Amino acid sequence: MSHEIHEHDVLVIGAGGAGLRAAIEASALGVSVGLVSKSLLGKAHTVMAEGGMAASLGNTDDRDDWKMHFRDTIRGGKMMGNWKMVEIFAKEAPDRVNELEEWGALFDRTEDGRIAQRNFGGHRYPRLAHVGDRTGLEMIRTLQNHGIHQGVDIYMECTIVELLMDGDRIAGAFGYWRESGKFVIFKAKAVILATGGVGKCYRFTSNSWECTGDGQALAYRAGASLVGMEFVQFHPTGMIWPPSVRGVLVTEGVRGDGGILKNNLGERFMFNYIPEMFAAETADTVEEASRWLEKDPNARRPPELLTRDVVARSIRAERLAGRGSPHGGAFLDIASQRSPEYIKRKLPSMYHQFKHLGNLDITKEPMEVGPTCHYIMGGVLVDPETAGSDVPGLYSAGEAAGGLHGANRLGGNSLTDLIVFGRRAGQYAAEYAKSLKSSIKISDAQLKQVEKVAIAPFEDSGKENPYQVFQDLQSCMELNSGIVRVKSELETCLVELEKLKERAAKVKVEGNRHFNSGWHYALDLRNLLTVSEAISLSALHREESRGGHTREDFPDSTEKFEKVITIVKEKGGKMTWKHEPKSEMPEELKELLA
Amino acid sequence: MKEVTFRVFRGDKEKGELKEYKVPLSEGMVVLDAIHEIQATEANDLAVRWNCKAGKCGSCGAEINGKPRLMCMTRMDVLPMDKPVTVEPMKRFPLVKDLVTDVSWNFEVNKRIRPLKPQPRQADGTHRMMQMDVERIQEFHKCIECFLCQNVCHVMRDHKITDFIGPRFLIRCATLVMHPLDTENRLRELKDDFRIGYCNITKCCTEVCPEEIGITDNAIIPLKERVAGAFYDPLAWLWRLLTGKKADQRT
Repeated sequence: MSHEIHEHDVLVIGAGGAGLRAAIEASALGVSVGLVSKSLLGKAHTVMAEGGMAASLGNTDDRDDWKMHFRDTIRGGKMMGNWKMVEIFAKEAPDRVNELEEWGALFDRTEDGRIAQRNFGGHRYPRLAHVGDRTGLEMIRTLQNHGIHQGVDIYMECTIVELLMDGDRIAGAFGYWRESGKFVIFKAKAVILATGGVGKCYRFTSNSWECTGDGQALAYRAGASLVGMEFVQFHPTGMIWPPSVRGVLVTEGVRGDGGILKNNLGERFMFNYIPEMFAAETADTVEEASRWLEKDPNARRPPELLTRDVVARSIRAERLAGRGSPHGGAFLDIASQRSPEYIKRKLPSMYHQFKHLGNLDITKEPMEVGPTCHYIMGGVLVDPETAGSDVPGLYSAGEAAGGLHGANRLGGNSLTDLIVFGRRAGQYAAEYAKSLKSSIKISDAQLKQVEKVAIAPFEDSGKENPYQVFQDLQSCMELNSGIVRVKSELETCLVELEKLKERAAKVKVEGNRHFNSGWHYALDLRNLLTVSEAISLSALHREESRGGHTREDFPDSTEKFEKVITIVKEKGGKMTWKHEPKSEMPEELKELLA
Repeated sequence: MKEVTFRVFRGDKEKGELKEYKVPLSEGMVVLDAIHEIQATEANDLAVRWNCKAGKCGSCGAEINGKPRLMCMTRMDVLPMDKPVTVEPMKRFPLVKDLVTDVSWNFEVNKRIRPLKPQPRQADGTHRMMQMDVERIQEFHKCIECFLCQNVCHVMRDHKITDFIGPRFLIRCATLVMHPLDTENRLRELKDDFRIGYCNITKCCTEVCPEEIGITDNAIIPLKERVAGAFYDPLAWLWRLLTGKKADQRT
């Protein structure tokens, strides 16, 4: 077989924030690095991040420090975050943000010229370094413009179909060029998965077409464990009208900058949904919330800034009680709280988005919003220090990896996650590659097998339209494994997924391999099916409600389940699950949680 | 339900034509929705680039009724409905297939621009910059690299001059030249290598920018002024002659 072959010490799959940061770090350590991007460089889903990146710089409020960031992240994750990851994260965040500035990022400033920080849900103090409401764009462009000068080989519009193995260790990856449809082999000693999320499992999502769970599924098929896949974040504020934009994100920054949520009676309903765990730090009257907006340091935070899981469930509850907005959501109102000039300066892309897509002026009218699938807290199980999976040579960072955010991610913690653990994955993958003495081998049989899978959709046997199977999968997950779950529906979901797998095997693609979107969808389907199964299976066996996982039949959080994490792994061609005890947090960190 | 007729370019480098498709119209629909509908039903293999579908990634640039726009931000109700809507690929770049063009030239150009070389941090470890100074450049950082400005610029579109880096990269240079921390002088390469002189400020780029960046007024003209000041000002020339200073020395 003669395929195009590229050889690297470290291959990074995914060119969003985590992938770029990993590639920069590995390259700085003197190894040869390849970076594979499913889209054009700079288009990854990171550009959609809006509100900011959390780091306890203490510029806007000097009471903040890493310990407080640690506390907020663990509590926001409903005690499920891996404590070691969170500790590393909170400690390293400020350095990573400062580094971006060194590479050209231009954050909004405080009056004395330092990086300004904004308020966000679940963060005790203003903590998010930001650029208006387009912080993700700033991050990706900064990393891109820095990264292209670091000697990294960048492969754009290339999709990885399968990881390649040498025995039980990583040997590279097999992919195709979107444009030509030709196959390409990457030989690599170490591989970093930084492929982002799984949002396309659901019908209504803020995620782009790329977010099809590639990294999680590739790792799973290579024998790695996945952790916490039941924890899916439904962002409370997605656009819900008109239908064409349903799911598009409305930044939490709207609430961080004073926006309030109202039902169809005009009531500010979030005051009715304050969980006990957060009661001590949340304002319980409109009057106190208003004082907070006026920067009174003694006023507690408005309930609109409770964590995303809480707000999403509250909006849903209002709708079910008949108090929803006309299209089944809630009203998000900043027009009554801030001046038009302020709104346009702090939330320019929201202003633009609603004006162009929703025919609505957010400086005058409230927005209509509702929950949209936004993020998966679970992912590839990694070592907290090295970002290494349980497959030798396989690393993962960013949304593709699991553990940091526990059961619910705080807004602003994702962008920081990308650069903190992107850097670590790059560092440890490079060190691993350097330490590897023997050369890696890839068997012909393995390549033949992957190639067969990749061209199967062109074979004559099937009749299924890939787009139709894709849509049916999304509906199945939305209906049975979505924001609120119940045993019977999760069981139905797993049965339906088996049927969808059979249909996916019979997908038929027209035309040839030259930039053929139908074929691309057909191959992405495999990954979506794998992660959908992992989500539903993990969700079925966590018989409690916690963070992004809500069970109608088990509405409370329980001590029993607080002690365990869910691990999913392939065994003999079948997906298996188990609950493992969570690692015990040291006393000195426990003290920070008070 | 009301139907709209689309005429979408289908083809590759060798041959191609506009093909007609009928798409049911829904409320708030944008052109990219229609393209997706065509893909899902009649033409599974239709090639199109898109990512965020919210005007933030700049992937879905095309020429809609002859005008360069983002498909995801073009609502059907801004287009005349009494005749077919034509959707064609960007004309300036080599065609790959259907609505996809080869924009790789832009990524090569970007590599020619030297990265930021910041001054050292202050004693307290911070970089101090004032909001006012930063805001001017933040406008340019809004660029989503859709390359519609590169597509429409007549220097490249009509005159095929490819050593001119184009509006997208002139604003990138502007972010560096105006960056409070940068220590490099970039004026000579703007003049000699990036060929800023080719721009004759017809503002076509500004007109098509979906981010409404004042490309010509706020970035290109100030850069042109700095280049002119450094290299063509007779008094400055005389001063340099007397003092022995170089034109591209950073002041």
